[in-house]
Amino acid sequence: MAARHLRILSGCNGALLSVRFFSDSTLAQEPIASTAIDSASVSPSINTAENHSQLNNNKKHSAPSSLKHAELAKFSAIADTWWDSEGPYKPLHALNPTRLAFIRSTLCRHFRKDPYSARPFEGLNIVDVGCGGGILSEPLARMGATVTGIDAVEKNIKIARLHADLDPETSTIEYCCTTAEKLVEEQRKFDAVIASEVIEHVADPAEFCKSLSALTVSEGATVISTINRSMRAYATAIIAAEHILHWLPKGTHQWSSFLTPEELVLILQRASIDVKEMAGFVYNPLTGRWSLSDDISVNFIAFGTKNS
Amino acid sequence: MNRIIVGRLSVNVSGLRVLQRSFCSSVAEKASSSNSGQPSSESEVKQSFTNNDDQYDVAVVGGGMVGMALACSLASMPLTKHLSVAIIDSNPALGKSNFIKKEDPPDPRVSTVTPATISFFKEIGAWQYVQQHRHAYFDKMQVWDYTGLGYTKYNARDVNKEILGCVVENKVLHSSLLSCMQNTEFRKTIYPSRLTSMALLPSSSSISVDSTPSATTLFTKGHLAKLDLSDGKSLYAKLVVGADGGKSRVRELAGFKTTGWSYSQNAIICTVEHNKENYCAWQRFLPAGPIALLPIGDNFSNIVWTMNPKDASDCKSMNEDDFVKILNHALDYGYGPHPKSISSGSVDMFSWFRGDATLSAKECFEVPPRVVKLASERMVFPLSLKHANNYVSKRVVLIGDAAHTVHPLAGQGVNLGFGDASTLSRIIAEGIAVGADIGEVSLLKKYEAERKPANIVMMAVLDGFQKAYSVDFGPLNILRAAAFHGAQYISPLKRNIISYASGEQRLPLPLPLFT
Repeated sequence: MAARHLRILSGCNGALLSVRFFSDSTLAQEPIASTAIDSASVSPSINTAENHSQLNNNKKHSAPSSLKHAELAKFSAIADTWWDSEGPYKPLHALNPTRLAFIRSTLCRHFRKDPYSARPFEGLNIVDVGCGGGILSEPLARMGATVTGIDAVEKNIKIARLHADLDPETSTIEYCCTTAEKLVEEQRKFDAVIASEVIEHVADPAEFCKSLSALTVSEGATVISTINRSMRAYATAIIAAEHILHWLPKGTHQWSSFLTPEELVLILQRASIDVKEMAGFVYNPLTGRWSLSDDISVNFIAFGTKNS
Repeated sequence: MNRIIVGRLSVNVSGLRVLQRSFCSSVAEKASSSNSGQPSSESEVKQSFTNNDDQYDVAVVGGGMVGMALACSLASMPLTKHLSVAIIDSNPALGKSNFIKKEDPPDPRVSTVTPATISFFKEIGAWQYVQQHRHAYFDKMQVWDYTGLGYTKYNARDVNKEILGCVVENKVLHSSLLSCMQNTEFRKTIYPSRLTSMALLPSSSSISVDSTPSATTLFTKGHLAKLDLSDGKSLYAKLVVGADGGKSRVRELAGFKTTGWSYSQNAIICTVEHNKENYCAWQRFLPAGPIALLPIGDNFSNIVWTMNPKDASDCKSMNEDDFVKILNHALDYGYGPHPKSISSGSVDMFSWFRGDATLSAKECFEVPPRVVKLASERMVFPLSLKHANNYVSKRVVLIGDAAHTVHPLAGQGVNLGFGDASTLSRIIAEGIAVGADIGEVSLLKKYEAERKPANIVMMAVLDGFQKAYSVDFGPLNILRAAAFHGAQYISPLKRNIISYASGEQRLPLPLPLFT
């Protein structure tokens, strides 16, 4: 399945470099046992960006769709539990080192930084779009980057700020309660723009990608991670994770909002971003750990560079 | 609004399940008397502890072999060599570079290092220093018992290796690690005193944000652990490593419970001399406990004899000649006959299993070399088994004997400790690679998940041996003899045993790996 995706991608996107991993010792070669439920008969709807009507640029606050208010409310309700590593955000905490390994690997290679340095991102401006409580922002700051974290939920920003102040290395992070579109209006630019596990909650992914692109400097990096809109993802991320294992509160994700890798690559391309690398995250239920792999059928992460 | 959030936060964020642990409460509540941080400009907060003298990334409590091995390992890796490390140990030898004179007689405290440990030492660059002093590789081993019903000979060639292990004095290992560290630019500070108390507060936030937080502020926020020393000094660290041995103070202060029991046995150790060289390790199980003869080089060998406490004190106090006599008796005809070697021509029930026969399967039983004289004082140690139920908690981790003590019968004890040090330093490097806080439990749990099962299995195996060989009961003796025969003649089993004991294999059986 991964091979099929890669062929399609290389068709629309030029050469796709093979994925290389950096010192993630929990690298698994085999995907987890599929918990696919064959009776799931939801037909995948073609979720192209053009189908969504565009009322204003603000991804979270366009009035007519109640979906967006519901998304915001969902996150506000559990905001206090961001840093409780046993709470509702436990899967994100478990996933964090793995997505950071990919980010570190791709960004070090792209910006020609020394991968053996303890602070390879020294001198880079990075924005964490949809930073939540700062789970991703803090490690990025420890790696030397100048980090700006933005989130549309005020509570998240407050919690992120308070937690970041606990450690001198992370207290330099700039947190703002704002959206990608507003930052674009302020004409901010960053070396690397990261939107991890955000795009599936956004009303208009295409416009969102355009905003991310506008925030990236020319030849800068954009990293997006999300969940694939596949049968397997329905079985694992929705049925297993939300309904059976109760890892995530029910309704955290809408399967129809997921993007397939091909779609993501297309909308990024239209936003002048070339996807150069892609990898998947697989979960090993025996060890309880995530690892990077070629299997992009459920969770995947894409690294792209902005055309000049 | 802010107040409400903070109020809810300190309840929920501290629901990170970190209990308030002020271990010596009177000391912990006292504000640190040491200097608070000098202001550092924002742009210079490259590494947070550049200005504060008493703040460290890692505090290694216990500067013995395992603690120093951890420090060396951190010094040798690019991702961790920038860490600032404090080593707390009251041993004065740590402060100076010690020269071990070649003419010194061998110290009776020796360790057998497995090939896995030798590779670890080579990786961290310490083995070259070991090679400059006395050390003895051995490639053969013979194990038998007093019943004379069976024996097993092991040879490194059985697994296509050159050596089964190397016997090195502990002081040589220790000074090699010290020399290795001194030759790097590693930022280490040695605190020559003992740990009296340790405190760690739960993570909490306060509204007031200092741009230049001092150590005490960070400590009250739960970002640092505070260590108080016996000479009145205090220091702060992101991670406290307990490498302080079987009676670990860190383990006690952190409240880790232990499981274990004491064997009602003591071990008496000494150095002896022979008339000829010895490249083989010998172990004979006697009714009261095993006696081991390990080559240390230059015609010297080390004796480790386990026996009940009364006999041990008798042995220690008797005069040297008598002791040498009973040593030879124990190694030779004492307590029982020699096992019979099976001549290579005869067919026996194991011919089916022989398969790819090992070199040592054909070797005959040999008597160990005679002890000519005693070359050191005799020392006696009590033996016990102890295992910490948990190795990690927030900002605290145990390695080496602090986490586990085992019976010396297979020479594995310190090798488990070196394995811990190697794994922990690798986990710390991986954490730094992804920008983690090195004191976070989730990171440290990875270390525990890797080491605990392996250590427990080894302890179980050794304990099993200790129990199986301490009973003199007919049917059990025959079972043991069968075990000797099996290990001697069933080649795959022998190879498995050797590679497990060498540290090349994590678990004794090829179980499906759970990691």
